[in-house]
Amino acid sequence: MGTYLIRRIAQIVPTLLFVSILIFGLQQLLPGDPAKVLAGEEQDPAVIAHLRETMHLDEPFPIRYLYWLRGVLHGDLGESLRMQQPVRALIADKLPVTIELACIAIVIALAIGIPAGVISAVRRGTGWDYGANVVALWGLSTPNFWLGIMLILLFSVTLGWLPASGYVSPREDWRANLAAMIMPAFVLGNAIAAVLMRHTRSAMLQVLSSDYVRTARAKGVKERDVVLKHALRNALIPIITLGALEFGTLLSGAVLTEQVFTIPGFGKLIVDAVFNRDYAVVQGVVLFTATAYILLNLIADVAYAIVNPRIRVH
Amino acid sequence: MDTAVAVEVAGASGNAGAPQVVASRAVVRRLLRRPAATAGVVVVAMFVAMAIFAPWIAPYDPIATSFSTVRKAPSALHWFGTDEIGRDVLSRIVFGARASLLAGVVSVLISLAVGVPIGLLAGYAGGKTDVLISRITDAMLACPFLILAIALAAFLGPSLTNAMIAIGISATPVFIRLTRGTTLAVKAEDYVLAARAIGNGPLRIAVRHVLPNIVAPLLVQATLAIAAAVIAEASLSFLGLGQQPPQPSWGSMLNVAKNYIDNAPWMAIWPGLSIFLLVLSFNLVGDGLRDALDPRHL
Amino acid sequence: MDQRIRCFLTAVACLLAAGASAQTLRIGLAEDPDVLDPTLARSFVGRIVFASLCDKLFDIDDKLNIVPQLASGYEWSADNKALTIKLRQGVTFHDGEKMDAAAVKYSLERHKTMAGSNRRGELAPLASVDVVDPATVRLNLSAPFSPLLAQLADRAGMIVSPKAAEAAGDKFGAKPVCAGPFRFVERVAQDRIVLERYANYWDKDAVHFDRVVFLPIPDPTVRLANLRSGQLDFVERLAASDVPQVKSDARFKLTKITEIGYQGITINVGKSDLAQKNPLGRDPRVREALELALDRDGIVQVAMDGEADPGNQWVAPSNAFYAKSSPIPRRNVERAKALLKEAGVANPSFTLMTATTGDAQRIAQVVQAMAREAGFDVKIQSTEFATSLDMADKGQFEAYVLAWSGRADPDGNIFSFDACKQPLNYAGYCKPEVDDLLKRSRTTLDLAERRKLYADIAAIVLKDRPIVYLYHRHWLWAYTGKLDGVQAIPDGLVRVKGARFK
Repeated sequence: MGTYLIRRIAQIVPTLLFVSILIFGLQQLLPGDPAKVLAGEEQDPAVIAHLRETMHLDEPFPIRYLYWLRGVLHGDLGESLRMQQPVRALIADKLPVTIELACIAIVIALAIGIPAGVISAVRRGTGWDYGANVVALWGLSTPNFWLGIMLILLFSVTLGWLPASGYVSPREDWRANLAAMIMPAFVLGNAIAAVLMRHTRSAMLQVLSSDYVRTARAKGVKERDVVLKHALRNALIPIITLGALEFGTLLSGAVLTEQVFTIPGFGKLIVDAVFNRDYAVVQGVVLFTATAYILLNLIADVAYAIVNPRIRVH
Repeated sequence: MDTAVAVEVAGASGNAGAPQVVASRAVVRRLLRRPAATAGVVVVAMFVAMAIFAPWIAPYDPIATSFSTVRKAPSALHWFGTDEIGRDVLSRIVFGARASLLAGVVSVLISLAVGVPIGLLAGYAGGKTDVLISRITDAMLACPFLILAIALAAFLGPSLTNAMIAIGISATPVFIRLTRGTTLAVKAEDYVLAARAIGNGPLRIAVRHVLPNIVAPLLVQATLAIAAAVIAEASLSFLGLGQQPPQPSWGSMLNVAKNYIDNAPWMAIWPGLSIFLLVLSFNLVGDGLRDALDPRHL
Repeated sequence: MDQRIRCFLTAVACLLAAGASAQTLRIGLAEDPDVLDPTLARSFVGRIVFASLCDKLFDIDDKLNIVPQLASGYEWSADNKALTIKLRQGVTFHDGEKMDAAAVKYSLERHKTMAGSNRRGELAPLASVDVVDPATVRLNLSAPFSPLLAQLADRAGMIVSPKAAEAAGDKFGAKPVCAGPFRFVERVAQDRIVLERYANYWDKDAVHFDRVVFLPIPDPTVRLANLRSGQLDFVERLAASDVPQVKSDARFKLTKITEIGYQGITINVGKSDLAQKNPLGRDPRVREALELALDRDGIVQVAMDGEADPGNQWVAPSNAFYAKSSPIPRRNVERAKALLKEAGVANPSFTLMTATTGDAQRIAQVVQAMAREAGFDVKIQSTEFATSLDMADKGQFEAYVLAWSGRADPDGNIFSFDACKQPLNYAGYCKPEVDDLLKRSRTTLDLAERRKLYADIAAIVLKDRPIVYLYHRHWLWAYTGKLDGVQAIPDGLVRVKGARFK
């Protein structure tokens, strides 16, 4: 176990290096000159030349990468030329918003996914099973931006119950904050609910057919207690560890959801940055996301390996 | 992309001890015994038929504009209404099935074609090759899927073909992981060791012993991946990076429709509903396949 | 409770509420502005914020006449090479510093010399600025320059506090300090820009709000939804298709005015060798055939729901500088076909590059359909914005649907596009006689002479067709019925001064 852990941690650095080279390389390959994008309507050649110099655009790729790498090692992720702000500050500003969105989304996903999964496993093969399956699948099958637009149409435009867009910090007004977050979080949580439901279902099925549960049943423990107290508790570990891997899905989903609901979070930041060729922002955000994802992966894998030694890859 | 499925299924087949070659007819029978999966198969078949026979099914030419019938509500003449430059929405939905199905299937085929051989290589060769491939795969997986797809599509240029390539490449790591995992599990089995002992070459072993074992989980993952790829194409089109006008695709129809959501909602409802139905069906089929192919879940 | 007492208490409550609440105007913008530094600023939407934040030497009215703002008067020298500007008295910046001739000199020199300045081209002929006395500046030009006043009615004329600008350098945009009716409070990128009333504004009686909040909401549907749900008081750039809805809703008002910009198709006639390879770029008859195949009214109807004025020049037909001698041609498919036959290409094919979103897509599809009737095979190539800029600059296109936001002076709509080797001359058009006419139109201050020169330019340029102008959009603003005094100016900028809640 100890060597496994050390090996995995040692793998993080080269992986991150690869991520940064991958994204850096991809950006350099993107057609279009970021200097021209930033130069604005008038496309003044003097401005373009100045921007090219500031962004080191005329230097060869490896040199530019090293400039950036040196910055990162000093804790400087560069600066967004479009918004004239350090990338670190932008991340610090936007991350809490997306995290809040993700957390509420996960809560919604758990509220839908786990009960659906439990019902589906316990009443396998019946109408309940298929019903719960479809309800949870609905989240995976609906394009989240379409769902978002439909919800805006219903709850904001027609009924006027919820705001159509924007974000209010919870410190300013927690009620307005929740009102603004509930729709996008629901849209985001839908997709995760389906995955959670499936994990719950298969984990529950596994546990329900185990000797431990058979013994409990034989001892005369009530079926409801068997399911909720014994099976579910054991099933929760793999559910949660697998669920942590959904972080990537959450972020992908956040990209479009934030676009539709105009929430100033991480997802919107990175999409705008790709389209505006704001290299520094894309680099910094992807590096940050990758690090978080890899760490979460590591924690999940370790936890899962502790629980289920057979899965460990030799 | 659902990487967790791969772990789960690989673990399942890993402990079976014997090759999981299940008779295909029995599988199909098991699949069709579940109403949800059957419904999924039927709907997918319907969409495929719609795509193939589109010119005969669609009432109008999908790209014929008519400036006098701009944004008309559904009526007897136009069952699904017309769009922002007077084209019949129903016809565009019918022809759009081609783009969505193509996007789904071709992307996944690309992922399979690239991912499976690389996964086999990594699992079988082991050592430094495996480490290199694993690091790159981890790196790709660490980038949010949609961001990678957006960057690739932006790089290649907005078009349906490029969107398919972008999605295909972004989805490859999942298949690499899956193939590698199964290869590793199978590699240690006695019958494989025996095959190596009698001098079978790696290619032969890969084809005869490893591939049959991964067909099942690959099929499941591929079906689910098609569903995700259809949504990914819609997402890229929503951002302007997928199928370009005037050719119809449900995703790009949604991209335009969002601007007319309150005065011409039918422009958004039908493409969204179509995507939903197609993706739901693929998901149901994938789930059904997984249950049918995995004896533990029966 | 007694009826009268109830009424009285309600009235008191209302009065108290009205007096106690700060009057905030929430405006929905179509994009997130870039840096809020008048010297470095580069986008249209930023100018909307500047209209409330930074006063300029001059402004324009709805007829595009120059009106004084920070200046109180001006006078050209006899040789037109020096402009003496008298400054308004008693103006202070948001940090309390006095706005005087030294501040004006500092600002203009900053616009001209700061690294990365986007105003350098606008003030190209400005050679030096003299402080005549604390209330008078003189701008010395290297040559007469008639668009100068219009430039000073835009960002190039925005005066910034020298103290704040010196201290902040190129970070001035993070906390701009100007002399406008509102001062900068805070900005959260992609979320909001908050301004509050500047107590010592020189025209403070015209200001009826305590706060202005700008909220960038790129999706026009969501922007309007915010207006309808009450989270916004004002939205700019309403989608044309949403006009009937707003009109029929008694809660809201709609204001529209024709823009000073245009939408058109730029054709590569000499930017790269692609021009010679394609009949459209090579032969003016093919370009004429293309224009004759188009029905501008139809394009306006379908692409803009009627919310645009068809046009065939770089200024709208209602503009004083429109050359009446070159009216909008009517659609003539037969003549188009005849021209193509004459040119020897019955079915010319070309690629029409367009942005991936918005009006451009609809225009491209309508043009494709209309041109097909004359025999053209138009292939639409949707290109991402960043890529399209690069391709246009390198001449890697055959035709390009491109709009221009417009400038108050007609020179701003044509010089950079049609003069040889200018940065926005993507068509690669270069004709010495046109260059000469353009230069003369910039150096004469006589209105009648300028009009004649533009008519001459139109006669040549409209025949060569490096750009086929299509229409001039209407700026569409939707806002709550409680808002009065909204003044629409063709530059599309929202001026908060003068507006008030009823």
